[in-house]
Amino acid sequence: MAYVAIRGGADAIKGSARLMDALRAMGQSAPLELDQIERQMPLLHSKVLSEGSLYHPRLASLALKQSLGDSLEAAFFLRAYRSTKPRLGETAPHDTRTMRVVRRVSAAFKDIPGGQMLGATPDYLHRLFRFDLMDEGPETFDQITRDWFGNRPNGETPLTFPKVLDTLRAEGLLAPLADSDEAPFDITREPLIFPVPRSAQLATMARGETGGLLALAYSNMRGYGDVHPTVGELRVGYVPVMVPHPVTGKPMEAGEVLVTECEIVAMFEKTDDGAPVFTLGYGACFGHNEVKAIAMAVLDRAISVAKDKGRIANPSEDPEFVLLHVDGIESMGFCTHYKMPHYVTFQSDMDRLRAARGKAEEAADAPR
Amino acid sequence: MHPVDTMGQTREGATYGFAFLDEDAKRELRRAIFKAVCIPGHQVPYASREMPIARGFGTGGMQLTLALLGPDDTCKVIDQGADDSVNAANIRNFFALTCPGVTGTLRTEAASVIQTRHRIPELPLRADQILVFQVPYPDPLVVVEANAAKRRRMHGRADYARLWVKLYEDMVAFDEITISHRYPTRINGHYIIDPSPIPRFDVPKLHQAECLYLFGAGREKRIYAVPPHTDAVPITFNDVAFAVENFRDKTTGQRHVCRRCGADDSFLDEFPDNDGARVFQCSDAAWCDMRLDRREAAE
Repeated sequence: MAYVAIRGGADAIKGSARLMDALRAMGQSAPLELDQIERQMPLLHSKVLSEGSLYHPRLASLALKQSLGDSLEAAFFLRAYRSTKPRLGETAPHDTRTMRVVRRVSAAFKDIPGGQMLGATPDYLHRLFRFDLMDEGPETFDQITRDWFGNRPNGETPLTFPKVLDTLRAEGLLAPLADSDEAPFDITREPLIFPVPRSAQLATMARGETGGLLALAYSNMRGYGDVHPTVGELRVGYVPVMVPHPVTGKPMEAGEVLVTECEIVAMFEKTDDGAPVFTLGYGACFGHNEVKAIAMAVLDRAISVAKDKGRIANPSEDPEFVLLHVDGIESMGFCTHYKMPHYVTFQSDMDRLRAARGKAEEAADAPR
Repeated sequence: MHPVDTMGQTREGATYGFAFLDEDAKRELRRAIFKAVCIPGHQVPYASREMPIARGFGTGGMQLTLALLGPDDTCKVIDQGADDSVNAANIRNFFALTCPGVTGTLRTEAASVIQTRHRIPELPLRADQILVFQVPYPDPLVVVEANAAKRRRMHGRADYARLWVKLYEDMVAFDEITISHRYPTRINGHYIIDPSPIPRFDVPKLHQAECLYLFGAGREKRIYAVPPHTDAVPITFNDVAFAVENFRDKTTGQRHVCRRCGADDSFLDEFPDNDGARVFQCSDAAWCDMRLDRREAAE
């Protein structure tokens, strides 16, 4: 569209954008390299990948750089970019048993087939400052890397691990996996009209905002709900992405994505044939984000509980309440929009208040 | 490092397709628009895409406009009635960037598509013009029912009793209907719509208009329409007249006029000037400018 020069607002927003850029550049710091973001802030980077709903590590780094480190804004960049891309196809469901695991734990059993593998986690770190990190050089990085790889025997750990929950299934304590041939609901191509299938529920939460999911899941954990989860298995690793070959239709590996997956085991329920079984909640997202995966699994279970019982007793059990409020792009946008001019509606508000006050004054003045 | 990937992105990312959205998305939007026109006032769900501006800033309106614009169109964007408002300027810049060929204009009469937030232009629109509204809350029932599934049922049954109860409660508490903007309006005798946060002053313009009104709620993923020559009636009681903002001075009883063009029948912005005095000015900048131009030409 041809540019129309106008007064006021256009100049102001142009100036504001330049100032944003200047704030980034002024001072003594060296320009951020995208690799630094991906390598040294992988957990922030992971949040952006999963909330942005587009697995593009390079662009996720650029988004973080461009948004001055705001994870909501950064995820937003990926989402907006996504709108310009057509949907090329559909993959078959991915089996996370094929995951190249970098970390997996189970809280349900002391030991599990394949073993617990702590991997990299901040869980047991003392949150005490390491003041020496304030002044690190490249040689420090080299040293740390050498030290880690130096005494590592090759091929000690297997790449893939069996699923912990398979053990419970084998014993009949968990319902067997139902083979669903239901086409997954694509939340990027269909709006949510309630009630929605579980695939829509999972997809919405998989790109939900970490803090939003956590707040709602925490309400359930604290007592506004009664999921009482046990982490059956939490695993982080790389899942090969299998896409149908354009000619033969056979699945071929197109790459791999880093995924966090959490399966929680919840209280048992009666089944149709009478024998009670444990129930399950499922959470998964792009990147390494364990809080999000656990929170999602709790909410998945909470919503399913209410569905089974036909009664919603808590906000975290209400699919509408949960699914329409966990998207960071939407909630952040709407919250931000209140800063925009609203003077026409406020004018209208003043008109109504003045009219109501006029009526009140008339009533007060009227002879009794 | 991802060298191949990065090169691909640079090539691809440098240019976006005409009107930003992929063609499938535009097709879906156009289908939703047809449906909305065929069922006046009905909220048609659609898979709203994320736009590069934030939800709440007009992403629903933008998607409609992007689906409507062709290279021959002339487009105007207003916010609060003004073309130079920050948000209007921002959206106009986006269209300029992504819709090569489309002509931008500030003049209401010159535009084939007008995207607006919170106002309907003062100049009556023609049959060859489309007004696209940015909508924060597409559902008028949200003030009385939070649950979307229940609201959908209520619309289907034209069950709007609770809206009237709200109006009645207003009368009991304030002796006035307190709804200032987003005034519930019945379309073609069935669906009640939220006409977007336009002031009551603009609601009568929806009734039996020449032009097509399209409403897009991006965050809430709904599209609806008031087609030309369609009844649009604000809900009220037989004995309580629907009242628009009157701009009458409390002490003199006179209506305020625009300090620029002197209009005594337009919607006015009221604000304190630097000396703290209240001043009034047309909210519709194009209308005000047009009146000034005409006066100048006459002199």
